[in-house]
Amino acid sequence: MKVRVLVRLKPGIMDVQGAAVKHALAGLGFSELTDLRVGKVIDVDVADATPQEARARVREMCQQLLANPILEDYTIETVDDLAPHGAAR
Amino acid sequence: MRFGVVVFPGTWSDCDFHYVISEVLHQPVQYVWHRERELGQLDCVVLPGGFSYGDYLRAGAVAGRSPVVEALGDFVARGGLVLGSCNGFQILCEAGLLPGVLTRNECLQYRCQSTHLVVENADTPFTRGLRPGQVLTMPISHGEGKYYADPETLARLKRQNLVVFRYAAADGSVTKASNPNGSLENIAGIVNAEGTVLGMMPHPERASETAMGGTDGLLMFQSLLGSLVEDGSFLKR
Repeated sequence: MKVRVLVRLKPGIMDVQGAAVKHALAGLGFSELTDLRVGKVIDVDVADATPQEARARVREMCQQLLANPILEDYTIETVDDLAPHGAAR
Repeated sequence: MRFGVVVFPGTWSDCDFHYVISEVLHQPVQYVWHRERELGQLDCVVLPGGFSYGDYLRAGAVAGRSPVVEALGDFVARGGLVLGSCNGFQILCEAGLLPGVLTRNECLQYRCQSTHLVVENADTPFTRGLRPGQVLTMPISHGEGKYYADPETLARLKRQNLVVFRYAAADGSVTKASNPNGSLENIAGIVNAEGTVLGMMPHPERASETAMGGTDGLLMFQSLLGSLVEDGSFLKR
């Protein structure tokens, strides 16, 4: 079961990397840009698991290592959620 | 006093700590590989600076779950002392042995420079040879040293006097201009409630000989040794 974890800085935590990228895009003429934040994508493949089981295990992974709860929020998507994104490339 | 200097893949200040402890302080010291779980013979474990496991995921995140760091929980419970500098501070926060987290420097630059630190808490085994308000000079060398903690944690740190060092100007005043990385309230080092685990971004081991440009870092090691002589009671083993 393929699972995708999206890790983002919590609202209110200053994203210096996002600010730098936003500044660079503004320099390229994207003046309509009002906000930009950089996060992480972590793709995980869990053996022999239903989507529910895989989500539960990956949630444990997030709590123990993949995200730092002081700074970061995370969302977990299973392959069903991912399919439309893949088709839209 | 028996020191252990932990070595992770990617640690870079291990040799500096080992040198200062053995050649400047003349104390017994050994390297401790990150897969070790046995810390029984040591009095003080040092987590040096560097880029453990490449700092992948987050600085100190992977090292914070390594066997040797898991063993630190028992070591600290038995009264052992832990000094984490630079990446070591990041690891202690990631492991939950100290509160808060170190994030990307606000300036987005890697900062390698001399800093002034004002001592706030001189009532720890690491700082008892110092006095509150004393200004030390030590180098920093990091890209992710901006200390952050939520408001409740910050309030607790201040209430319990757990902030040990703040970045300051040469006269000891804590100013925005003297903050090299955007740390919350200029925090450069904190200690746990028991005073036995200290994390700091600056490098005391790089300020321990005149030839290195200063010896203020040595004052911390000498405090540790003085603590052992004056009061061995923190060693509960």
